Amino acid sequence: MTAVDEVKIGGMGASRRRVEDARFVRGRGNYVDDIKLPGMLHMEVLRSPLAHATITSIDTSKAWEIPGVRLVLTGEMMAQRNLAWMPTLSYDTQAVLATDKVRFQGQEVCVVIADDPYIAKDGCEAIVVDYEPLPPVVNPLQSRAADAPIIRDDKEGQTDNTCYRWEVGDRAATDRAFATADVVSKLKLHYPRSHPSPIECCGAVADYNPATQKLSVFMTTQAPHIIRAAFALVTELPEHMIRIISPDIGGGFGNKVPVYPGYVAATLASILLGKPVKWIEDKTGNLISTGFGRDMYLDGEMALRSDGKILAVRMHADTDQGAFFSDAQPSKFKIGLMHSAFACYDVGAGHITAQGHYTNKAPGGVAYRCSFRVTEAMFFQERMMQAAAVDLGMDQAEFRRRNLLHDDAFPARTPFGFLVDSGQYGKCLQIGLDAIGYDQFKIDQAEARTRGRRLGIGISTMTEPLGAGNSREYDILGIKMFDSAELRVHMTGKAILRVGAKSQGQGHETTWGQIVAHELGIPAADVIVEEGDTDTAPFGMGTYASRSTPVAGAAIAMVSRKIRAKARKLAAHLLEVSEEDVEWELGRFYVRGAPERGATIQECAMAAYSNMPDGMEPGLENNAYYDPPNLTWPFACYIATVEVDPATGVWDVLRVVAVDDCGVRINPMIVEGQIMGGLTEAYAAASMQFQTYDADGNIVGSNYMDYLLPTAWETPGFELHEVVTPCPHHPLGAKGVGECATVGGPAAFVNAVHDALSDTGVRNIDMPLLPDRVWQAVQDGQDVSGMPPVRSDA
Amino acid sequence: MSYGQSSVVREVGVDERRITVTVNGEKRVVEVEPRLLLAHLLREGLALTGTHLGCDTTSCGACTVLVDGTPVKSCTMLAVQADGHEITTVEGLGTPSELDPVQEGFSREHALQCGFCTPGMMLTSHALLESNPDPSEEEVRWAISGNLCRCTGYQNIVKAVLWAAEKKSGGVS
Repeated sequence: MTAVDEVKIGGMGASRRRVEDARFVRGRGNYVDDIKLPGMLHMEVLRSPLAHATITSIDTSKAWEIPGVRLVLTGEMMAQRNLAWMPTLSYDTQAVLATDKVRFQGQEVCVVIADDPYIAKDGCEAIVVDYEPLPPVVNPLQSRAADAPIIRDDKEGQTDNTCYRWEVGDRAATDRAFATADVVSKLKLHYPRSHPSPIECCGAVADYNPATQKLSVFMTTQAPHIIRAAFALVTELPEHMIRIISPDIGGGFGNKVPVYPGYVAATLASILLGKPVKWIEDKTGNLISTGFGRDMYLDGEMALRSDGKILAVRMHADTDQGAFFSDAQPSKFKIGLMHSAFACYDVGAGHITAQGHYTNKAPGGVAYRCSFRVTEAMFFQERMMQAAAVDLGMDQAEFRRRNLLHDDAFPARTPFGFLVDSGQYGKCLQIGLDAIGYDQFKIDQAEARTRGRRLGIGISTMTEPLGAGNSREYDILGIKMFDSAELRVHMTGKAILRVGAKSQGQGHETTWGQIVAHELGIPAADVIVEEGDTDTAPFGMGTYASRSTPVAGAAIAMVSRKIRAKARKLAAHLLEVSEEDVEWELGRFYVRGAPERGATIQECAMAAYSNMPDGMEPGLENNAYYDPPNLTWPFACYIATVEVDPATGVWDVLRVVAVDDCGVRINPMIVEGQIMGGLTEAYAAASMQFQTYDADGNIVGSNYMDYLLPTAWETPGFELHEVVTPCPHHPLGAKGVGECATVGGPAAFVNAVHDALSDTGVRNIDMPLLPDRVWQAVQDGQDVSGMPPVRSDA
Repeated sequence: MSYGQSSVVREVGVDERRITVTVNGEKRVVEVEPRLLLAHLLREGLALTGTHLGCDTTSCGACTVLVDGTPVKSCTMLAVQADGHEITTVEGLGTPSELDPVQEGFSREHALQCGFCTPGMMLTSHALLESNPDPSEEEVRWAISGNLCRCTGYQNIVKAVLWAAEKKSGGVS
């Protein structure tokens, strides 16, 4: 008897086929809209058609007359129960149903609960709301104008439209460095508003049982335990009588972290009616009212020595938060982890200021497939790197190589306080350059230019902080950011693992079993994984910010080790030797010096229930809470080549090379799937995907005919490479990965297009690089700003 | 059959039509409101929840089913328009014991993550292979370009469809 083969049991490094697929390919998933409870009613939301208006009257009488309508809720009725407003996850408040004013187009005004959703929609159409329009404020420029209307006049002491101010770094040291610079390179850009837009919209089935007084809510949430806590605060129901169940989720990408008015309204409706109430958002509702990402204006500069050494960086960010500050940032960091910008480079000194602005737009600013605003940070970083290299007249790759942290620099403290702990940045860059054939491309590019063809190459290199957090620094609403796992090994050696994270497609049910297999030698197929039910799963902060493997994955390793420690005692008992004489190999303990005498983990499990030593507590189960000592720091190098047609502004992607170092890979197939998905969202951001508003505050991008997402036809192919630098503090050496490509990818495409236009004088075209913007830039030889229009009468 | 819970209470004033549809080989006679969408008939009336609703505007393709073998987005087809037609949903692909090659290919090539677009994506792919048993990568990409996926980046979906094509032709076992 020897150790089990780790690959055969689906352990670390196995590209194990996914457990989830068995139900998904048969159409047997269980998404929230698939849940049907006896007596269930249906809710629809009536939304504001105006961006900014006073509500003068709401007449719901015609809706009540429709057969099948059971309840119509208005803001006034919510206010009677102290539920017209709710707290957000960023210490602001948000209207559940509007009482005084509407503050963005699409804001929730009334809800109708009826026997079926068709009747509920009829009910919404029968409601008459009178509005007195107010001037809309649609961007930060308008928002900070002296005569701008105060959007949040509901908030005591709010005298302007500023949502927050924040700064970090050393202003004086940065100023000193700039004074010594040979070259100062400047860049100003807008990262447009973008909606994460999972294909499945948000929804809930709220089920209040008047007999037991227990509330169960099936809900599309990435963070069920945070939602339970928020509901306990909002509804005044005791926390143990609230059960949040997050079933299969059809994609999240950060959109399904916040608490939305629909969840609260459906819950109150269920409490009032004593029946289950289902709310399923339609696509327009999702796109115009739930958490968007980005919408940030960045203005910065870099101090440089003429030999290419970066001396300091300075940035200011204005964020457009919409009507409510409703994203979920760690409470110390109002603009998320923006200050992770330039973490992979030795930049000397740095200073960042930021200001958040209320506008008459949908609320959000959520971490859209990123670790709290790092996407904007890394995009600015890599656009700035390109601009600086151009200003210096230096090669793009060489400029990065010269400033990247060297392998012997770790751990390195950034000017903004992060501790970057590991990486092989130069190696990753070189693999990327070799894969794309950098030197040959430059030759081909120059040759093509002589024939009027515009080729371009764009590089993006970055590290980002994934896996919040450590509890010293990171919390949401004061709740520290750790995670947990509970493992029960049954007597036959099969197991159930419950985790506080919540998969939305990342394949946790597959990967988590692999960690148990790696630690205990129990085949992954013998471990069932459960997540998302707050009554059964241990407390966890949920899945976003690429934190599942860094935090929950570590908790799974730790609980498995606790189980192994107990199994060792059982093995010593079975083998009739002292514990010190027992050795471990995967799946089996054996007697030191007599390897043929052993006990498998399964035999130990049986003994825990049938043959434990005197005085030992029976059973083989445990739990672990994991508070990581640091964030994890994956590194990535993304390189894209493009050809721009100057006559039309259309650009085609020729090749995309991705080199990711996310530490040890648990399931390489799933990791590569995450990277390809992320690269696609990066391409989307660079090429087509954004939301804007007209001067009256009407949203453009409210459905999939206006809000463009790439199909299989436009999406380029991806060539993936890997480097493995284990995380020094994670028990498995793993780092976060889910978001790297979304974060670092956009700059590769955008830099490539700008490289193709390098002789035109165009320094910056704001994303998305729509053909008309590129064409205009080429025609005029000038930058194209994505700044939304400003009302002429404002 | 009426939609949702209202069938027992909504007796007056509802104009219902009797239609006959064959769904996954089984003939069904149902009474529906004229405004009822085919997707809702399948999901609520016939409890086939594998057909997902994504966008309501015929854009995302999550609701794709086959009507007489042709991919149709069931969120913008009325149930009454399906009268007399044959519908195949994801539940009609493969058998309980044996997956259709497209289903097997999707799992084998990691062509799905959250699974929400998957039924529609597989039905479109299945229809492609019925009409074109040996498609090129470009033909696959074009054929599925009416179905959106936000998770995978499509590359593995394309590989899955090409794998299924080869499997169907006896090329892989």
